[in-house]
Amino acid sequence: MGFEVLLKGKNMIRLLAGLGVALRISLISVIISIILGLIIGMLVSAKKPVISATYRIYLEIVRIMPQLVLLFIVYFRFSKMTGISLSAELASIIVFSFWGTAEMADLVRGALISIPVIQYESSRVLGLNKLQTYVHVIIPQVGRRLAPLSINLITRMIKTTSLVMMIGIVEVLKTGQQIIEANRRSSPHAAFGVFSIIFLLYFLACYPISCLSKYLEKKWEN
Amino acid sequence: MDFTIIKSYFPLFAEAFLLTVKIGWIGIALSFLLGIICAFILYFKIPVASFIVKCYVELFRNTPLLVQFFFIYYGLPAAGIKISAEVCGAIGLGLLGGSYMTESFRSGLEAVPLTQKESAFSLGMSKGVLFTSVILPQAISISVPAVVANIIFLLKETSVFSAISLMDLMFTAKDLIGLYYNTTESLFLLVVFYVVMLLPVSILGSVLEKKSRFKIFGD
Repeated sequence: MGFEVLLKGKNMIRLLAGLGVALRISLISVIISIILGLIIGMLVSAKKPVISATYRIYLEIVRIMPQLVLLFIVYFRFSKMTGISLSAELASIIVFSFWGTAEMADLVRGALISIPVIQYESSRVLGLNKLQTYVHVIIPQVGRRLAPLSINLITRMIKTTSLVMMIGIVEVLKTGQQIIEANRRSSPHAAFGVFSIIFLLYFLACYPISCLSKYLEKKWEN
Repeated sequence: MDFTIIKSYFPLFAEAFLLTVKIGWIGIALSFLLGIICAFILYFKIPVASFIVKCYVELFRNTPLLVQFFFIYYGLPAAGIKISAEVCGAIGLGLLGGSYMTESFRSGLEAVPLTQKESAFSLGMSKGVLFTSVILPQAISISVPAVVANIIFLLKETSVFSAISLMDLMFTAKDLIGLYYNTTESLFLLVVFYVVMLLPVSILGSVLEKKSRFKIFGD
């Protein structure tokens, strides 16, 4: 069925290295997104009209434009506009961070507004100052709501990074294609084996993270 | 930006747009159907079927559409199952969407409070009436926001069609950039057509969310 190709030479290791490239891009983008998303989410919750309007437009762009379109725009257009030549990997990190930041900021905003006013009022009655209110009352609650959702964002990021092959990054799918091409004569059914394994690899990368997210969500349910 | 180029590209993009929209909505319709069937199977806990549905949902929610397409379009023919690109696009999107829709419908069904069921029983409703006129309407309004989000997500995922050599918007843009190197004009049209495709759905979705919310909470 084409699985024998994977045992030949270093093919399996090459596939895993390809997955590593995809995971590296998603990990970097996730870290940037979470940091920027936290900052922007908090800024937006301050309800300043200019910030809110800008954020609204930003969110709407991210919501409407497919990530692949953004990837094309940054990769093909950016260098023409600025004269700076971007590597495909840098372009994809920029796009995924741009997208992830919007998603993360929306999660933060959602979690912040889901805290009832009564919590702030009660803290004041108990004599906590603003900093204490946030540290002891608000942040722990927001954190519990946010953690499962942001972990979920990681799996979405990993899934989305499969798109980078479309701008020429050699990741797991591209490596798979190369292996199939190279063994077209000796094993004509290689496509089935290779793509099943890639399917499985992605599943194995994302499933534990989804489970963790679900587990935390259940554990911290009120 | 050169408008004569945009004018000459327009018909190509329009054609690609129609194809993308057509296959996209067929896929979404399939995912709806699949989602409803699977959610019912899970809700009524039908023995073997619900295990299969669970595996299907986890498998397709945790893998990217691009990988699914590669498996269906390039992998399966090697094992003897051949399908055309268009059918593959619709089926792939339907399978991916089905797994998301199943989750949305199922959580909608499960979110209906137990008291509703008990109250309906104490009013003397039969199981059938209870399900169709108490559980289902509430479950549908609860799952509206998630379903709208899924539809937008699936429409965006149509951009991956180009990987299985369907002549969709991305494919056209990539092709034209490769042929004539008019990057700006091609990308401009690409963005315009995606806005045309998604903005109405996004706006309609928000309206629908507000309307259906109104009905449950009365506020």
